[in-house]
Amino acid sequence: MSATVPISAYLVLAAVLFSIGVASFLIKRNIITIFMSIELMLNAVNLTFVAFAHMWHQITGQIFVFFVMVVAAAEAAVGLAIIIAIFRTRQTLNVDQINLLKN
Amino acid sequence: MQLALFIIFGLLAVAGAVNFLLQRHPINSALSLVVVMMSLAVLYWSLGAEFLAAAQVIVYSGAIMVLFVFVVMLLNAGEEERTHGSRAAYIAGFPGAAAIFCLLSFVFLTNGKAFGSTDLTSHLTHAVNNIAEISQVLFKDLLLPFEVTSILILVAILGAVVLARKEQ
Repeated sequence: MSATVPISAYLVLAAVLFSIGVASFLIKRNIITIFMSIELMLNAVNLTFVAFAHMWHQITGQIFVFFVMVVAAAEAAVGLAIIIAIFRTRQTLNVDQINLLKN
Repeated sequence: MQLALFIIFGLLAVAGAVNFLLQRHPINSALSLVVVMMSLAVLYWSLGAEFLAAAQVIVYSGAIMVLFVFVVMLLNAGEEERTHGSRAAYIAGFPGAAAIFCLLSFVFLTNGKAFGSTDLTSHLTHAVNNIAEISQVLFKDLLLPFEVTSILILVAILGAVVLARKEQ
């Protein structure tokens, strides 16, 4: 009656999301979208934490996810402020044109 | 029930992530990322983490993504154009991501028996309140790290204000 889902299915789903995050991090050229793909990778890792917390019947993994969420919120605030500052000085969001340190 | 939830919302999450990858406009990417986060919240709930499901909806899709959408609209970000650098990233990006995915899923699937499977019904009849358990750990054992995160948030607020301020 009650069909169960193997934990490895959750882990593979997290791996799919993480790989898509890595691919979009490398492919996207817009700095905001690159920042969003970091959030996607963090979400995939959070899913792994929750799946393992369920597997071991431990609450510690969920606590860890809570702290990851807090740090992600702080990181998003600071990162977006940096993006606004970059746009003010360079007038672009394309990472190929933000190459002041390259030469 | 559990299987149906996993299939529906897992597919929804993957579809949202693929759409995030394929869309060229940042606002479309942001909205498909919201879809991913909401379906992940349902998956957290199906794994017995009700508090995290609520926090995922409130913090991630409520606060962080609204911040992203605000910045996209504030900076009037348009469609990104293809450049030479992005073509090199296409050549390196897809095989690299596929290699990471193959490695991870190989490890997970070969050890799949050891991981076992989820059983929501036994989890719920166990009559353990998830939020009570989390608050016990968070406010007793981990009180100091919890307070340190408030300082982290304060520093992040100050940093955001200082960085985004117009220079005189």
